[in-house]
Amino acid sequence: MCLGIPGQIVEITNPEHKLAMVNIGGVKRQVNIACIVDEQHPPEKCIGDWVLVHVGFAMNRINEQEAAETLQLLQELAAAQTI
Amino acid sequence: MKYVDEFRNPQQAQALQKEIEKLSRQIDKHLKIMEVCGGHTHSIFKYGIEEILPDNIELIHGPGCPVCVMPRGRINDAIALCQHPNIIFTTFGDAMRVPGSQTSLLQAKAKGADIRMVYSPLDSLQIAKANPHKEIVFFGLGFETTAPSTAFTILQAAAENITNFSMFSNHVLVIPALQALLDNPDLQLDGFVGPGHVSMVIGTDPYQFIAQEYRKPIVISGFEPLDIFQSIWMLLKQIVNNRCQVENQYNRLVEPAGNKNALAAMNQVFAVREKFEWRGLGEIPNSGLKIRDEYAQFDAEVKFTIPNLKVADHKACQCGEILKGVLKPWQCKVFGTACTPETPIGTCMVSSEGACAAYYKYGRLSTMDKRNQSGVFPQPLSV
Ligand code: SF4
Repeated sequence: MCLGIPGQIVEITNPEHKLAMVNIGGVKRQVNIACIVDEQHPPEKCIGDWVLVHVGFAMNRINEQEAAETLQLLQELAAAQTI
Repeated sequence: MKYVDEFRNPQQAQALQKEIEKLSRQIDKHLKIMEVCGGHTHSIFKYGIEEILPDNIELIHGPGCPVCVMPRGRINDAIALCQHPNIIFTTFGDAMRVPGSQTSLLQAKAKGADIRMVYSPLDSLQIAKANPHKEIVFFGLGFETTAPSTAFTILQAAAENITNFSMFSNHVLVIPALQALLDNPDLQLDGFVGPGHVSMVIGTDPYQFIAQEYRKPIVISGFEPLDIFQSIWMLLKQIVNNRCQVENQYNRLVEPAGNKNALAAMNQVFAVREKFEWRGLGEIPNSGLKIRDEYAQFDAEVKFTIPNLKVADHKACQCGEILKGVLKPWQCKVFGTACTPETPIGTCMVSSEGACAAYYKYGRLSTMDKRNQSGVFPQPLSV
């Protein structure tokens, strides 16, 4: 039940109600972004953000740099074994 | 798909598998590692992860499936609410087939109750607006991953003054359940794969007691196969080096302090119940969420009379032992015979995140046989 799916915010549809359109693997759906906005990140700054979508809510932003570092480590591990 | 496909790379999975094997040879004991979350259980079976782990690593499938732990009494209460002619009952699809004492929500719907499956709790507000003369009751369930979304839904209902909407809250909390498992003498665990999406809400700090007081390592993990492999690898490194720490494999989504907006909404709307009954596990202190008095007008338990009766689990059902990891699904007498996903007796067979349904669906009988013969799995304990 705790499953979530990554998607990218492509449009803010209703800033007052904190609603945005997310592209999830080519399918667009409206989600609530109340969990990921604050003064530093007002709705209009969220366009382009990758988020994790769960039951119609963007629950958290995906940290691109952390993701890249995790993958880098796994690549290095695989490369080290083939030498 | 971005952030999904990269974490399914087979070469890297093989590399991790080799590292896990190397480390497992340095450990001369049989390790029991619990994955707490039902989402992990599902991935583990889907990708056959258990089968390619070394023989001395056993995965115990924990209680982290909110549908699986819903007691019969609460399902009966939900069905009682549905019988009300003026109520439209809305729920996540996951809850539809959970058996109560007599029927499930699915059977109640077939008999004419107005029960509607929704994707998001917010959908219930649309239904409420479209049906002003009806009372809409949403079946609120889930762990901390889902509770913020239902809290925001109540806050929105309050802001828009939607008076014909309420929620029947059955939210449960992960930390008190972990505490109860750690205090159970039947369970000798060597470490935990921690729930990724609960942690994106609550953060990693609340798990510190596991490392500090109980001296068990825990790695918060994502849900793709590489995530789970990497987490098991990180756990083994801790065990080999005699470390007990809270580590975070899923740092692309999980921060130590969690998500402040989500936590604030949860705290605004919900209060912790003194105790809550979990199917198979009994009452666990401080493990459920109820709606605060300030939002009582949105609390179905205040607005309507519900039976609120405790009902013992089905006699044949051993879900409690399964959820605690002291029995394997196929060791339950009715597994696959009287109890199947079509006619579930216990809840572990209902949800695809339940251990019984996962074993049934992905039919790893060869593994079961292999492990039974090698005596790696313990014989059923009498509990
Ligand atoms: S097989 Fe059915 S009755 Fe037995 S433990 Fe699993 S869900 Fe419960």
